Amino acid sequence: MSDPAAPIVDVDDATFSYGRTQALRGISFRARPGEFVGLVGPNGAGKSTLVRLVAGLAAPATGRVRLAGLDPHAAPRREVARVCALVPQEPRIAWPFTVREVVMMGRTARQGLLAVASRLDVGAVEGALAACDLGALADRRLDALSGGERRRVFFARALAQEPRVLLLDEPTAFLDLAHQAAAMRMARVAAGGGLCVVAVLHDLNLAGAACDRVVVMDGGRVVAEGPPAEVLTAERIEATWGVPVWRGENARSGAPVVLPEVPGPGERPAGYSRK
Amino acid sequence: MPVSPTTPPRPRAGLWLAVALAAGVLAVLGAVAFSTALGPQPVSLRAALAGADPDASIVIGLRLPRAIVAALVGAALAAAGAALQALLRNPLAEPFVLGVSGGAALGGSTVIVVAAAAARLGAAGSGWLLGAPPIALGAVAGAAASTFLVFGLGRVGGRLVPEAALLVGIVFNAFVAGVITLMKMLVPPEQASRLLYWLLGSVGYETPGTIAMGAALVLLAVGTLVALSARLNVLTLADDEAASLGVDVPRSRALVFFAASGATGAAVALAGMVGFVGLIVPHLVRRVLGPDHRRLVPASALFGGAFLVLADALARLAFLPLGTEPPVGAVTAFLGGPFFLWLLRRQERGEAR
Repeated sequence: MSDPAAPIVDVDDATFSYGRTQALRGISFRARPGEFVGLVGPNGAGKSTLVRLVAGLAAPATGRVRLAGLDPHAAPRREVARVCALVPQEPRIAWPFTVREVVMMGRTARQGLLAVASRLDVGAVEGALAACDLGALADRRLDALSGGERRRVFFARALAQEPRVLLLDEPTAFLDLAHQAAAMRMARVAAGGGLCVVAVLHDLNLAGAACDRVVVMDGGRVVAEGPPAEVLTAERIEATWGVPVWRGENARSGAPVVLPEVPGPGERPAGYSRK
Repeated sequence: MPVSPTTPPRPRAGLWLAVALAAGVLAVLGAVAFSTALGPQPVSLRAALAGADPDASIVIGLRLPRAIVAALVGAALAAAGAALQALLRNPLAEPFVLGVSGGAALGGSTVIVVAAAAARLGAAGSGWLLGAPPIALGAVAGAAASTFLVFGLGRVGGRLVPEAALLVGIVFNAFVAGVITLMKMLVPPEQASRLLYWLLGSVGYETPGTIAMGAALVLLAVGTLVALSARLNVLTLADDEAASLGVDVPRSRALVFFAASGATGAAVALAGMVGFVGLIVPHLVRRVLGPDHRRLVPASALFGGAFLVLADALARLAFLPLGTEPPVGAVTAFLGGPFFLWLLRRQERGEAR
C-alpha cells in the first residue's frame, strides 16, 4: 500500500481447468496502479480465464491470486467489488432499466441492503456519466441505445464503482472505429487517474497504441511481456498466432502496426480451385 | 475519477415510491369496500359499521374475512411473481406457471392424505394434522422443493435457461394435477372436495386463526422480498456481473427462493392454486413504475391484493343470476391464459418488456 509501484494485481503460478481442458498452465502476472496492461493472444489462450481469476469469479486450482492483498475468490464479494470492477464482454439487460439506474448499480457494494443513494453515490454516478459522455442519455432506457452507447454505460457503471482495478473483457469487440477509439481513450484516462487497468484485447494495433505494457498469452502461459513496440515483433506474432504479418510503425507515435498478410485481389491463394 | 462539481439532482425515487404505495393502499381498501358491500344479500356498509345485524354479521363476519383472504393471496402471489421474474430474468415467470404453486398444493395435499390415513388407523394427533398450520407448512415445503427442482432442471450446462425452466414448471404442474387427482381417491369425501378446491383455486370463509396465521406468513415472506428488492435489481444481470458488483449471488438467490416459496406456500394453503396473478400484476405495475424492484415488489403486493379481491368479487357477482359462482382461479385463468400468450408472442418478437 505504501509503495505505489507495488503490484495491486498479483497472480503467482496459477493453473485452472474447465473439466479436462487446461485453460491456465502456471501463469504469473502482475499489474500496478496507473498502468494500462493489454492481454493479447489467440483464441483459447486463457485471457478471459485470467480475468475471471483476478475478479475472484473463479479460484485457481493451484497457485495464488492476490488483489490489493485480498484473495478475491475467498473474500466477501462486497469487499472485492470495492477494489475491482469488471466490464464484461456482453453484459445482459433483461429489464428496461434506464442508463442512470444501471450506473447506480455500480454503487451496490457501498450501499446498504435497500441501496438508498447517498449524496456520495449520486455524485459518483453523475461523475461517471459525465466521464463517459452519457449526460444526455442518462434517462434513456438501455434497450433504446446502440451497441457502442451501451458499452459506454457499462464502463460508466464500473467507474461509479470507484475501483482501484478495472478489468475490461474485450472492450472494443463489435464496435465501430469511433467507439473503439472512445473505449481506448476512456481506459487511458482511467489509468491516468491512478487505476490499474487490465484489458483483454484482440486488436493488436489498439493494444500497441494505447497500452503501457502488453502481455502475450498462448496455451495458458505468458509467452512474452513488455512495452508493445518491443514485444509485438513480426517474429513473435507469427510464432504465436501462426499467421504471417506485416509489421510497421506509426510514424507519429512509433506504436507498432500489425496487419495479417492476406491474399489481395488478383492473387491466387493455395487451395484456390475455381478456374 | 472526476466528480462533477455541480450539485447533483436529488433522487426522486422516494417520492415515486410513496405515491405508488399510497395508490396501492387506496386500491386495496377500495377493492375490499367494494367486495364487502356487494353480494346476493343487499347490505348497508354504514349499518354494518354501526354493528346493526344482519348487516354487520354479513359484512364483518362473512364477506370481510373472505376479502382479506383474497387480498393476502393476491399480495403473496404478485410479490412472488415479481421476484421469480427477476431470478429467471424473464417476464413469463410466475408461481403457477413455474410449478411452485403446484409443489405447494402437492405438499399440502400430502399432509391431508397422511392425516386421513393416520385418522383411519386411529393414530393420536391426526385431527391436529388436518388443521391449518401443518397444511401450510406442507405447502411451504412443497413450494420450496419445487422451486429448487424447477431452477435446478432449468439449467443447461450450468446456465439457467428461462425457456427450459418454464417448460419444467408447466410439465410439473400437469404431473401435480395428476397426482392430486389420484390422492383424492385415497381420502374421505370431505377431504377429497378440499383437494379438488385446491386444484381449482378458490377463496372462501376462513377462521380468524387461519387468517392470522396466513397473514403472518404472507407479511414475513413479502417483507423479506421487499428487503431483498435492491438485490433483485442486481440479480437480473448475469451472475458474474452481479458478483462483480458485490452481491453474493448464491446466498441472495437462496434467500429469494425461500421467501418466494413462503409467499406461494401461504397463498396455496389459503386458496389453492390461483394462477397468473403473479404474471399480470407485476407486468402492469412495471409498465407504470419501471423495473426497479424496490418499487415493483411492494407495489405489486398491494395491487395484487386489490386485483384478487376484485377478481373474487367478479366471480361471486357475475354469475349471480345463475345462482352459482366459479372459483376465483377460473377468473384469473380466464384473464391470465391469453395474457401469458400475448407476453410470449411479444417476447418472441423481441420487443421491449
